[in-house]
Order: sequence, then C-alpha cells, then structure tokens
Amino acid sequence: MKQLLLGNEAFARGLYEAGCSFVSSYPGTPSTEITEFAAKYPELYAEWAPNEKVAMEAAFGASLAGKRSFCGMKHVGLNVAADPLFTISYTGVNGGMVIGVADDAGMHSSQNEQDSRHYAKAAKLPMLEPSDSMEAKDFVSLAYEISERFDTPVLIKMCTRIAHSQSIVTLGERKYSPAKSYVKNPAKYIMMPANARQRHPVVENRLAALQSFAETAYCNRTEWAEDRSLGIITSSTAYQYVKEIFGDKVSVLKLGMIWPLPKKLISDFASKVERLVVVEELDGFIESFCNSLGIPVEGKSLFPEIGELSQSAVAKALGVNTPLGIRLPEAIPPRPPVMCAGCPHRGLYYVLQKLKLTVLGDIGCYTLGAVAPLNAVDSVICMGASVSGIHGFNLANEGASDKNTVAVIGDSTFMHSGMTGLVNIAYNNSNSTVIILDNSITGMTGHQHNPTTGYNLKGDPAAKVDLEALCKALGIERVRVVDPYDLKQCESVIREELSVDAPSVVISRRPCALLKYVKHAPALRVDPDRCVGCKMCMKIGCPAISIAAGKAKVDNTLCTGCGICQQLCKFSALEGEK
Amino acid sequence: MKSGNIMIVGVGGQGSLLASKLLGKLLLEQGYDVKVSEVHGMSQRGGSVVTYVRYGERVYSPVIDRGEADFIVSFELLEAARWTEYLRTGGCLITNTQRIMPMPVITGAMSYPEDPVQSMLAAGIRVDALDALSLAEQAGSPKAVNLVLLGRLSRYFDFGMDNWMSALEKSVPERFLEMNRKAFALGAK
Repeated sequence: MKQLLLGNEAFARGLYEAGCSFVSSYPGTPSTEITEFAAKYPELYAEWAPNEKVAMEAAFGASLAGKRSFCGMKHVGLNVAADPLFTISYTGVNGGMVIGVADDAGMHSSQNEQDSRHYAKAAKLPMLEPSDSMEAKDFVSLAYEISERFDTPVLIKMCTRIAHSQSIVTLGERKYSPAKSYVKNPAKYIMMPANARQRHPVVENRLAALQSFAETAYCNRTEWAEDRSLGIITSSTAYQYVKEIFGDKVSVLKLGMIWPLPKKLISDFASKVERLVVVEELDGFIESFCNSLGIPVEGKSLFPEIGELSQSAVAKALGVNTPLGIRLPEAIPPRPPVMCAGCPHRGLYYVLQKLKLTVLGDIGCYTLGAVAPLNAVDSVICMGASVSGIHGFNLANEGASDKNTVAVIGDSTFMHSGMTGLVNIAYNNSNSTVIILDNSITGMTGHQHNPTTGYNLKGDPAAKVDLEALCKALGIERVRVVDPYDLKQCESVIREELSVDAPSVVISRRPCALLKYVKHAPALRVDPDRCVGCKMCMKIGCPAISIAAGKAKVDNTLCTGCGICQQLCKFSALEGEK
Repeated sequence: MKSGNIMIVGVGGQGSLLASKLLGKLLLEQGYDVKVSEVHGMSQRGGSVVTYVRYGERVYSPVIDRGEADFIVSFELLEAARWTEYLRTGGCLITNTQRIMPMPVITGAMSYPEDPVQSMLAAGIRVDALDALSLAEQAGSPKAVNLVLLGRLSRYFDFGMDNWMSALEKSVPERFLEMNRKAFALGAK
C-alpha cells in the first residue's frame, strides 16, 4: 500500500517493520516524531527518557537483553549521548541497535549547525543517510541487518528536509526477529582497560569489513548518464537537489552509507568522469575522504559549509540558470517566533527585565525571552548550561553578582541536565538563584510528557517528580513557588531570594497556554476613553496587543485573558468580561 | 502528466499544516508523485512559516525555490508580500487579507506595509485576495481559514468536488467535517 509519510513517520514504520521492540529517546527538533509515531504501534515499547544519554544506555540495555532496540535524538542530543556511543562501539551489540540522529542545517530550531557525520567517523561506527521517506523506512531494516551481522550499533542520519518532508512510501509487513538470549560475556561487555584493549582491534577490523560491505551495499548506487563530462557524488537531500536540476543528464554516485565510505566505488566513479564534484550539505566530509584517496575533486570551493543547500544553490554553483521572481520594493518586517499570547513565561520575564537582572538562559520556548521587547536573557548555550553556568559566574564574581543574577530553566530541561548543576550549586555552595519555569510539559518540541508531568509517552499515568522535594533533596533549603501570572508575587519572591545569603530555587508554575486542558479567560477589551496610549502594555511583547490610532488594541482571536497587561495598565483601560 | 508547485505561507499556529496534508492526500489519489515539506519547532511559535507542496510524474526536491511556485496560498497579508519572489512568472498568489502584526511592528521598530495587495498588483503579480477570516467565521470557526483558502485554490484546478471532499474527510476529525465543508464551499464560491 502506498502512503504519503513524513520522513520521521516512515522511519518509525521502518522500526515497526524491522521488528524493533524497544524505543527510548529524548525529544528534539527535527527528530521528535520518529519516537511519537513509533509509540503508536502497540507492538513497540516506546518511552521518553530524561535525556539522550539515558535513552542510548537504555537502548543498549535492551540490545544486551537480545531485542532490536532504537534511540532517537537531534544532532546536539548526540553530544549528550557521546559517552556511551564511543564505548558501545567497542562492546558491540546483542540484539540489533540503531541510533537515529537528525541534523538541522539552517538551524530552523537549534543552537548550532554541527555535522553529525563526524561522530560516525570518530566513533568508528557505520552511518546510513536516507534521501526521502521511502529510504528512511527501508534503511532501518538494512541498519538492523548490518548491526547484527557486524556486531555494531548503526547510526541513521536524518536532516530537517528528510525528517519533515512527506513523500510516498510503500508499506511492508512486520518481520519478527527472534530475540537472542543474553549470555554472560565479560570480555565483550565489561569495558575495563584489559578488555577494552582486546576490543579496539575488533573495532578496527569491523570497520575494514564494513568498508568492503559498503562497496556493494544496495544503498550506494551509481546512476550513469550517457554524458560523463560531469560526475557528482552526493547523498541525502543534496541528492534530490542535484536530480532536480540535472535529472538523468549527469552521472551520479548516490551514497546511502556515509561511513565507512566505499574506496573502490568512489575511485572507479572518479576515473570514469571528466569533472568530479561532491555536493553535500555542511562540512566537506565526503570531499575530505576523496582528498585522502588522492582523487581530485571540487566541493566546498563551490558550495558553502554554512546553511542548507537548495536546487538553486546547486544550479548556480554548476552554471545552470534558475528563474527569478518578483521582489516587492518596500521593506517587509521580519516575523521572528515569539512567546504565544497567554504564555506563562512572559510575566516572569517581565519581572526579570524590570529588575534589570543578568539572566543565564537555557534551551526551550523560554529562550524567546531573549528577543525584543523583553531582551531579558544574557546567555544560552545548551541543555542545563544555565544552572551550571550561574554557579561559575557567581563564584568568579566573588559575591558581586549574587544579588542581580538568576538562571532560568524549563521543567523538562531541568530533568534533562539541570539537576546535576543544581547539585553543584548546593555542594560547592554558591549563592545562586535558579528559576525553574514549570509549564508542565516539554513545550518547544510540541508537547511531550516528561518526568514532571505525571504521564508517560503513551499517555498513561506515571510517577511524577516532585520538583520542590527534589530540589530540597539535592541540598537547596530555600524552594519557593510562584504564579507567573501574578507579577507582584513574582517580583517580591525573586527580590527576597536574591537578597538572602543562600542558594535558592524559585519554581514559576503554570501550564503552557497551548495545552488542551488549559481553560482561557475571555479576551480583554480596551476602553478607548481610558486608554491614553502610554504603551505600558506593549512592554511585555504580547502578540495579541498592538497600537492602532494611538490606542492599545487587543486581537480577540489571540488573547487568552491572562491579565498580565491589565496589571501593567495604570489607567485600568484593559477590561475583562464581566 | 502535469506538475506543479504550491507554497502555503502564514504565521505559526494558523493551521497551514492541515492544508498541506489535505493537498498531499488529494494529489496522491490523483496518481501523482508528491512531496510535502513542513516546518516544525521554533517557527511554529508565531513565526513566519512556509510549507511546500510539489507534484508531478517524479518529484525530487522537497522544497520550492525562487521563481518556481505556480501558486502561493497565504494565510496572512504580510506573509504574502514576503514570499512573492518565490512565485513563477504567470503564477498566482491567493491571499487572506487578514493582518497579523509581527513583533517588530508591535514594538514600533518597523511599520506594516500600507497596502500590500496594491503593491503586488503594481509589481505585476497576479493576486486573488479574499477576507478568509470573515468567511471562516461565517462557516463557524475562525480556525477554518485554511479550508476557505483551499476552497479558493480549488477554483484553479479541474479536480472534482468529490476528490476534494474525500481528501478533506481523511484529514479532519468527523465532528469538524460539516464546518470545514462549509468553509471550503464559501471559499470556492
């Protein structure tokens, strides 16, 4: 049966068809939907782990137990899971193990643009790279075959345009792979130095065997054209751009296995074309490999290392004309993402910028507190860095910043990697104030449950972490809870916690306004007789409020009646429904 | 076999994903190869969002580039003005006349163009503008803007009404069907 499936949905279908039975992941754009769709198959156990390292280790445990397992994450998530990754490469697997990693060239929803292919090379692991939904599904089965045949975890690299594009997929049946039994094998599974020294040669031999496999693997194919004046080596979404421009007019070596790369296949292809070009997104990974073989090739001299490619980028670099459209002469204001109307983070951020605090930020919807007009954030690095960072910042400032600096972190991010930073604050005693923005959901990635919400991935009730008790158990004696819709309360509690000479946690608690169970108050109205157009209500950056003809105007399709703007209006011009 | 490129643009949260899903299903049933490229994550938080729908005998790239779109369907006026460059010569831009202020306009740093429809027409762009929000409200919900706009798009295609309705039935829950059918009909009228 043919269906139009999102790349990530097709990937999940691949897990189902390949007989995978254990999935553990942490959400991250553009990888999230693989695990969400996998959870819809009753045959698959699927869970959200607190972070990617935990997910990968859980998936390894399931593999050790003999089942086919999977863990999925975004590119920066693989940094978190890099520790187990490099050593699981040494142990190998029992049941097949596949790791999905989704890159985000163009940084649609990420803090950097790293190229995950380097991980495959560094950890000496095979990596497959699909170029559409059909391959995303089929490569999963291939990956499990490789995993069990070569005793290795296998990486499958997605990217935004493959993960979030729908294309046609022919569905297959689920193949049940019989679970292997676990057999105690200390030399293989206990990576202490004596054993690891024995395993490293196994890894190198495996890589050589995989390289031979890559020479004839079906996922690497040459598409010969009559014209051999130009030959292109490419993979993933770049392959689609090349085909879009040239169709069947140029010869293409399409690589579905991106590590290890097939030496002979590449050399043969290179020897049969006059001009050789590598078209790849981000780094010159394939190009460097060709260079190492001494094959003359053009790549990053024609294409940028920065951002996404497109068909016009391929066309321009290779001298093909592309159409132009009409651009309007006037300046078009940009439309950056904003915190939603009714977002509970807004009130809290208003207070932080009013108090002129230094704010170490973190990863989530609340990163948007950094943009105008709130401009309330000073740094954002990676998951958990706010809590770890404030400790170093305050200690280095020797007390000078304790009273005017806070860290902000979301509930899911705190579970992911904020807790360890908080332990450090308590253990090494810095006078730091950490604000946990608890909106009762993982927001930015599209509402996933986490250990603080009381529900699991399948929507069933689950153990719920008590944040107040947890922070106290980690060694923080002062734990306060505020409602971010109550500006006065937020301000007084934050002032108080900054003034005391002890580390403290303030939990700003209110569910995300987009959650279905959250009831909204009726939209506010502006009383034009009272509104003097002072623009106080504009300081919170609410997308529902604008100024028209010198007076505030509320968009009643957006306003959730949260009342934050009302608290700022000195003229009582904003009215709720009576 | 015909081929075509349809871009759906709007503001994150306006429901453009449903429109592209429905188009994908419709085109698949007509026997086309189809690719639909979506945007998830941060842009969905009130940012400028764009979805690409491509169909033909064989579709390679999942995205539409400058000068390639046969149709741009815009959920918001400023977004229509932003993406005109992607329309091919002779292509048609269908736009909702609703205005949603972006943050640089709200903060006063920039101003919303006075009459984008007029500037598009002056630039020689074929524009089909309609107040889709009012029609959606008339159908029963402001959220039905997407179906109103698809209804308008349907005027330019010779697919039968039953094809559109069958794709609609596969895309929305039954309890919203009646309202969405109404919205589609109002847009197509």
